[in-house]
Amino acid sequence: MSLLEIKDLSANAGDKEILRGITLSVNLGEVHAIMGPNGSGKSTLAQVLAGHPAYDVTSGSVTYDGQDLLDMDPEVRAQAGVFLAFQYPVEIPGVSNAYFLRSAYNEKRKAQGLDEVDPMDFLDIMEAKLKYVDLDASMLNRSVNAGFSGGEKKRNEILQLAVLEPKLAILDETDSGLDIDAMRTVADGVNKMRSAKRSFVIVTHYQRLLNYIVPDYVHVLANGRIVRSGGKELALELEEKGYDWLTEPAGARA
Amino acid sequence: MSTPYREQFVALADREGRGGERPAWLVARRAEAMARFEALGFPTTKNEDWHYTSLSSLAGAAFEPMAAGSSLLTPADVSTYSFGASLPTIVFVNGRYSSALSTMHGPPDGVRVLRLASAVHEEPTLLERYLTRIASLDEHALTALNTAFLHDGVVLHIAAGTQVSTPIHILHISDRAAAGGVTHLRALIVVEPNAKAMVMEQYVGLGAEAYFNNAVTEVSVGDGATLNHYTLQRESEGAIHIGTIEVRQGRDSHYNAFSFSSGGALARSNVYTVLAGEGCGCTLNGLYMLDGTQHGDHQTRIEHAEPNCFSRELYKGILDGESHGVFNGKVYVHPVAQKTDGKQTNNTLLLSERAKIDTKPQLEIFADDVKCTHGATVGRIDEMALYYMKSRGIATDTARKLLTYAFAAEALETIEFAALRDGLERLTLERYAGVEAGA
Repeated sequence: MSLLEIKDLSANAGDKEILRGITLSVNLGEVHAIMGPNGSGKSTLAQVLAGHPAYDVTSGSVTYDGQDLLDMDPEVRAQAGVFLAFQYPVEIPGVSNAYFLRSAYNEKRKAQGLDEVDPMDFLDIMEAKLKYVDLDASMLNRSVNAGFSGGEKKRNEILQLAVLEPKLAILDETDSGLDIDAMRTVADGVNKMRSAKRSFVIVTHYQRLLNYIVPDYVHVLANGRIVRSGGKELALELEEKGYDWLTEPAGARA
Repeated sequence: MSTPYREQFVALADREGRGGERPAWLVARRAEAMARFEALGFPTTKNEDWHYTSLSSLAGAAFEPMAAGSSLLTPADVSTYSFGASLPTIVFVNGRYSSALSTMHGPPDGVRVLRLASAVHEEPTLLERYLTRIASLDEHALTALNTAFLHDGVVLHIAAGTQVSTPIHILHISDRAAAGGVTHLRALIVVEPNAKAMVMEQYVGLGAEAYFNNAVTEVSVGDGATLNHYTLQRESEGAIHIGTIEVRQGRDSHYNAFSFSSGGALARSNVYTVLAGEGCGCTLNGLYMLDGTQHGDHQTRIEHAEPNCFSRELYKGILDGESHGVFNGKVYVHPVAQKTDGKQTNNTLLLSERAKIDTKPQLEIFADDVKCTHGATVGRIDEMALYYMKSRGIATDTARKLLTYAFAAEALETIEFAALRDGLERLTLERYAGVEAGA
């Protein structure tokens, strides 16, 4: 049975139609890459799955782990194991990373009927996870993402992923703005989290991230629809040929 | 003009005339102040400095001299206001010194804590030099009124070179017997050259009664000296509180103020400093949290009177219910004050549709080589931050409260005295996040 079942999903931002009938099935343990040109709707798809309030689903359905995902509030989705690594992580001055992470961790435990962990025990958990993304423990005392470099913000997203251990991890352009070293660190963190009990949906514009996080499937999104699906070799083909051959409708060049 | 205050002034003079001698200069100064108050009257909203704050409820009421406290308070009660720290504390209840509640034994070496009433005899030279010389009567009716009734309060003297790392605590408690009463609390803080000290002045109301506290604190920060000055206004919900701090700063001195206010029906805080020596600087920060129909007004004036001075200002407000906040920050740069470096920020978070803020930064610059900026923001909870937290599993209500706390924390983080900083963070977290601190 698939973990995520998207059927004919359409969504608007305001009056603008962005997703126009997406159908996609992700089984447990699989890694799916969603590629596409700017404006194709790939980030919107990621945000709709997380429950961003700016998007209205106009038709279609999303089933996650047997439940109607679209009927769940964003926090309920997260507690049920959905995680979105943001393209632009939000800065929250005044809330420490440690407090933020522990709150999120405990919310999930509460939803599972488990006891909350106290700050000292949580620190032990954190120490192991920090190594996943090569972050120093001092960042726990800093405000969430405030004053972080681009690379630190992205690593912080992967740190949260590692701490919250979601069942479905969605990465929205996690490689954007990173140099090759930072990207490799982030990719290593993701690879350590790969497991038969976890699925990934990786949204990316460029193929380069997929050299490090090798996907099982690649889908190309254009103009709000999936226009082609294939194996990891499709990513290489896109790298070589660009997107135009897939996105230009026949007869566009009159 | 005959006012209830004239009668009270005459009565106070009579009583003191019987009780003991007052220095002639002080008697004259008080009479001058009374005359000045009567000439000025309570400011109206036509006065630019009071445009957003109406004192009609004050001008129309006849507050009597405050009755003595009736509460059975113990030192343990007092310690709850010390944020877990053991501080030398001088306590006044309903404007009257309480020796039972004060713990004045063992102030650090170099620190003298005196009652103003006795200091006029014990330290005549010090008082004549500073008292009523820093806080100006000319334009400030409420300072004039306070000065007219100046009879007790606190004098703090920090000797040259003294270094003190915990605050002296001046605690003013108003209990239920304060209802309908007025006090004119006064403090004088003199920090001699190259000393460093901390002072915490706190105003606490125990009930919900209406009373009027009109407080004035004069501060002199000597050459090369530093004062961290914390003011906490937590008056009763019916109270009117006017608190004025006037500061004179010497060369290379630092004055760091933090003003916290959450109390009172009508509250006004004035912090005025004159950067009167080259190379000195001030940091005036504050946090106000209002709800219900509270009105809270913060006014600051920083006068750059010499070159190469800096000023920093960060005031943050959280307004809920139908509360009304006012912020007016003036920076005045004299022609001689070249290389002035000034930065002023006022941020307000509105938690309800009906809460309101009037914010007015004012720069008046008469020098040509200065760097001065000011900015004000008024906003609601950041929806993106809210969504980000929800996407991590944190419930809407918790996330909203945590973001409110976080807004306040940015200002609270600037408090150097750790017990106070942590204490106010805890207070804020409990108020807005409803959880035990542990962040």
